[in-house]
Amino acid sequence: MGKLFRFHNDVDTDQIIASQYLLFPTIDEMKTYTFESLDPDFSKKAKPGDFVVACENFGCGSSREQAPAVLKALGIKAVIAKSFARIFYRNAINIGLPVIVCKDLYDHVQDQDEMELDLEAGTIVSGGQTFTCTKLPAKMQSILDQGGLIASLNKED
Amino acid sequence: MGMTMAEKIIARAAGVDSAKAGDIHTVELDRLMSNDGTTHLTIDMCNKLKHPHIQDVNKLVWIVDHNIPSDSPKTAASHKKMRDFAREHGITFYEGEGVCHQVMMENHVCPGELIFGADSHTCAYGALGAFGTGVGCTDYLYAMVTGTSWLLVPETLRFNLTGKLPEGVYARDLILTIIGRIGANGANYKAMEFAGEGLKTLTMSDRISICNLCVEAGAKTALMEVDDVALSYLKEHGREPKALFTSDPDASFAAVYDIDLSEIQPIVAKPHFVDNVVPAKESLGVHIDEAFLGSCNNGRIEDLRVGASIIKGKKVHPLVRFLVVPASRAVYKQAAEEGLLDIFMEAGAIVMNPNCSVCWGSCQGVIGEGETLISTGTRNFKGRAGHRDSFVYLASAATVTASAITGEITTADMLK
Repeated sequence: MGKLFRFHNDVDTDQIIASQYLLFPTIDEMKTYTFESLDPDFSKKAKPGDFVVACENFGCGSSREQAPAVLKALGIKAVIAKSFARIFYRNAINIGLPVIVCKDLYDHVQDQDEMELDLEAGTIVSGGQTFTCTKLPAKMQSILDQGGLIASLNKED
Repeated sequence: MGMTMAEKIIARAAGVDSAKAGDIHTVELDRLMSNDGTTHLTIDMCNKLKHPHIQDVNKLVWIVDHNIPSDSPKTAASHKKMRDFAREHGITFYEGEGVCHQVMMENHVCPGELIFGADSHTCAYGALGAFGTGVGCTDYLYAMVTGTSWLLVPETLRFNLTGKLPEGVYARDLILTIIGRIGANGANYKAMEFAGEGLKTLTMSDRISICNLCVEAGAKTALMEVDDVALSYLKEHGREPKALFTSDPDASFAAVYDIDLSEIQPIVAKPHFVDNVVPAKESLGVHIDEAFLGSCNNGRIEDLRVGASIIKGKKVHPLVRFLVVPASRAVYKQAAEEGLLDIFMEAGAIVMNPNCSVCWGSCQGVIGEGETLISTGTRNFKGRAGHRDSFVYLASAATVTASAITGEITTADMLK
């Protein structure tokens, strides 16, 4: 069970982590500034196991991998949206952050609601309701299963 | 069934006879561009690999452009990491030469290539008939180590251009119009292909500007047929095409749009979304604090000529900072030779070294709380240019320069 943080349409990667923090040496130094423009206290409020929920086109804009990386570093368990922008989607899977398309969840939950995700079954339970998620494409699922793209690289000798 | 340009380039890179939208292929990359926005993280990940390795160092081009010269000890440390690694491994390395995509167009991109860039605006390379697409540093590192990656073959949105842009209307007005029409995710996962008689009327600078901005509609890549204009640009820069592709007459497109260039008018994209476009005439009078002429989208010599012709003999409004940032050293030198930099400086503009500048909000020129910027940059997201409570309007070089003179959003024809 985790809390969900609910965001709107077209959340771009500049909102997730602003440019001025991207050249900090490590992700850990950047993560305090996650969602600074939308909710300056987000990094204090979010706890490991929490979720980000959004409407359409989450993660549009810049290709900065720091965007999914700061969410993962804060312990966000998954991002659930009606749709994702393609670079963010690919980056998130590559680093092992589940990004899940669920068409119905957004319209039935409020910010700070509790929810639970069953990644294998592809279902979400919140407020007594069960929501079905769209399955990941097989290619993405296999990258996620092995713990991200770099893990696969370390297996290849 | 015929193939689209995107399908043909991927088929070539995958070493197969044909590819169709929806297929996934393992592809051999021709070139790998990375800049200081993420390379320090790529290096850290590389150093943690069991077997750090570069498949072919000749494919790599690294460019310090986002925060050059550095603005803090932290940035300087990230730059040093990049510089040292590039030197140690013999990676082609540019620092201070210009914005990465402009440097790539001037020096590296060849028609028919498949290029990964660790920057979303890599789709600019389609102006030379190359499939450029933006990736994060994990995909970049995988490609750096293996020389390969996997790609989902995109569907194509085809834009048939006819006619000619009216005087005082620019390629930037055209692409903002298109993004406004299809929306910020209108081309998500798709290629945007531009063709038709109207394309022939557009300069290379126009074409780069159009392809560069396609990611703001979510596009995976942008592509244009290579014609005499593109071939002569390539020749001027001492390069040859790798392969020339056009879409077959019976290729399958997800949608086809007919655009009459003569109907385009000056456009402004209002805060905080690139697809939030209106005719510039509907935004007149909005007070501005800063104006920016530059970026990979609109910092070429043609754009500086437009700005200089408008501001020559006039002054920047006393309450406005007007930043003029040529997109590359080559553009800077040419602007100096043509006397354009003198015109800008006499008018009171701040002429700066080639870099990403305020377009990405973490270089010189960032704006403060409550301030408004009018910009030829790529994005107007909330906080993109500095403080989270600031405002960015996107417009053409002409509208930006005219606004710098009056201190409020103004179209160039109003100054005549």
